[in-house]
Order: sequence, then structure tokens, then C-alpha cells
Amino acid sequence: MPVTEFLFLSAFLFCVGVYGVLARRNGVLVLMSVELMLNAVNLNLVAFSAKLGNVAGQVFALFVITIAAAEVGVGLAIVLLIYRNRVGVNLDEIDLMKG
Amino acid sequence: MTGLNVAFGIVALVMAVAAVAVVTTHNVVHAALSLVVVLAGVAAQYVILQAEFVGLVQVLIYIGAVIILFLFGIMLTRAPMQRSAELDNDQRPWAVAVALLILAVLVIQLNKSFGGQRIAFGAPTDTGVLADSIFRTYVVPFEVVSILLLAALVGAIVLARRD
Repeated sequence: MPVTEFLFLSAFLFCVGVYGVLARRNGVLVLMSVELMLNAVNLNLVAFSAKLGNVAGQVFALFVITIAAAEVGVGLAIVLLIYRNRVGVNLDEIDLMKG
Repeated sequence: MTGLNVAFGIVALVMAVAAVAVVTTHNVVHAALSLVVVLAGVAAQYVILQAEFVGLVQVLIYIGAVIILFLFGIMLTRAPMQRSAELDNDQRPWAVAVALLILAVLVIQLNKSFGGQRIAFGAPTDTGVLADSIFRTYVVPFEVVSILLLAALVGAIVLARRD
């Protein structure tokens, strides 16, 4: 199987994630788009692991999955905190640190 | 055209449609459910790539845990459950342009670097080999990740605690 099939699919997923991060206002939806990008990277890692016959890619995919879980936990806690303090999670309304 | 190619094509098509749905739908819950389809598709791709263990972990952690977290996040922030036009900001044209630019650069460069190279499938990855690799070669990163996970857990509790 050509390795580029997987790489193109992964590139497409990553770009959809980039679009989501840039175009969404809701904090939870932005976190979902970040998950799309992380999954694209994982798919790349596993595809190269299969191509090179080296198990290291899969090990690092597992590490990335773990870190993604931690990221979602902390991210959603921050979103909840923002909701509690500002009543709303629209990211373009959060401008406390704007100079 | 082998069975694997057909399976890849079908799963990839479903994943692409669902991924676009995640970032364009006007309903937050539909976005989360579309994300389930994408994550399940990624797990199926891992199985096609003969990485069964990673596929299993993907199903357990992403579909089992992360999506539940997202649904709780949607519920607790009282996101609009019905259609809402306020989910997108006004920089959509720029976002489309940036995404297409990155896609073009990636596709051209990947095609240049890896075009024509093929994956030669052998025996499926033995989970024992994976475990050996984690606990011998990568044991230090593994411990670092476990500390990070603990710190994230404590951090999430501290952040979300009400006092």
C-alpha cells in the first residue's frame, strides 16, 4: 500500500483541525479541533512505524494519546473556570489581558 | 486494488466527511458525535496498519474517556444544544485560506519526499514487542509522561474546584 495515502489523509485531518481552531468561537469546539490535529499526528506516526518496520512510532503514538488526554482534562477545567467567571465560553470575548 | 486499499478508501472517506462536519456544524453535540466517527476511523486505520494495540488504546481513551469529557464540558458550560449561528467567528475566509495553504504545502512536499514508497505489511505488531520497547528503550519518557498525567489530574481538580 502506498504510504502517501495515509500521509495525505493525515495532512487533510490536520488542516481541518487548523481551520477549526481558527474559525470556531466556542472553547469546547476549539479543543475538539486540537484533538483532530493530534490524531492526524498519531496517524502519521503509526504509518511511518508500519513503513519502517520500527515499533518506536507506535510507542510515541501512545505517549501522544496520553498527553492528549491530559490536555483535554486541563483544557476543559480552564474552559469551565472561564464559564464560571465570565458566563460564556466564546473565546473572542475573553480579552482581559488585552493591552 | 486489494481489499486493504478498498477498506482504507471507505474509512478515509467517512473520516473526511465527519472531520469537516466537526468544524462546520452549527450544533455542538453533533460536533462531538462527528468527532466520535473520526476517532473510530483513526482506530480502524491503526488496525489496517497492523497496530492493533494502538487501535485498542485509541478506542478506550479517546472514544471511552475524551468524548465523555467533551460531552460533560458541553453540558456544564451550557452550550446551546440546538442550532446556533454563533459558533463561528468572522475570520472564516482567512481560516479557509490558511488551512488550504498548509494542505497544499504538505501534499506537495509529502508527494515529493515519499511518493511511490510503499508499506510492505509483514506480521502484525506483537504487543509484547511494543511493551519491551516502552519499558526498556523508552522507560524514562514513560515515567515522565506518568508524572505529567498526575500533574494534569491534580491541576484539573485545583482549577475546577469551587472555593
